[in-house]
Amino acid sequence: MLFFSYFKDLVGREVTVELKNDLAIRGTLHSVDQYLNIKLENTRVVDQDKFPHMLSVRNCFIRGSVVRYVQLPPDGVDVDLLHDATRREARGG
Amino acid sequence: MPLGATTITLTIYVNLELISVITNDGRNIVGILKGFDQATNIILDESHERVYSTKEGVQQLVLDLYIIRGDNISIIGELDEELDASLDLSEARAHPLKPFIH
Repeated sequence: MLFFSYFKDLVGREVTVELKNDLAIRGTLHSVDQYLNIKLENTRVVDQDKFPHMLSVRNCFIRGSVVRYVQLPPDGVDVDLLHDATRREARGG
Repeated sequence: MPLGATTITLTIYVNLELISVITNDGRNIVGILKGFDQATNIILDESHERVYSTKEGVQQLVLDLYIIRGDNISIIGELDEELDASLDLSEARAHPLKPFIH
């Protein structure tokens, strides 16, 4: 549940989601669920010339299983907090 | 379901004018969302597939009523119809999307 809670804290922030077919979508994180499915708003495809397939899509649902990377805002990671949370999770909650 | 977990629903997309679905094999299907379940299986009505190629403009293949198994779905997007109408699909050239390799 660590990553689920972690992503919940990032709701409202701007992220870039890179998918397993090399498509990268940038948008505001709207919501996330336990499968790490992601909903983005105000989306735009990073390389629109190469991928015009989603030009008229402004918000979307991305299945968690197809995500390769999520690029976070630089100040989106509180490393100390994440350390503590990870240790707590490793100890079993 | 684990305590505190939520499931994103697609309710806001249902019966909305048009949604665009990208499948794991890279196909792009546009239609009206009629229903879905917790496994993201979906029912599309009045759907068509948009086939992209580098040689010619986008071809639209009519599929009509279509059920897509959730396993095979990657992205579901709400189509902005005004924006979509302003695009000249017959002029769009692009490689088809690559399949998702898990």
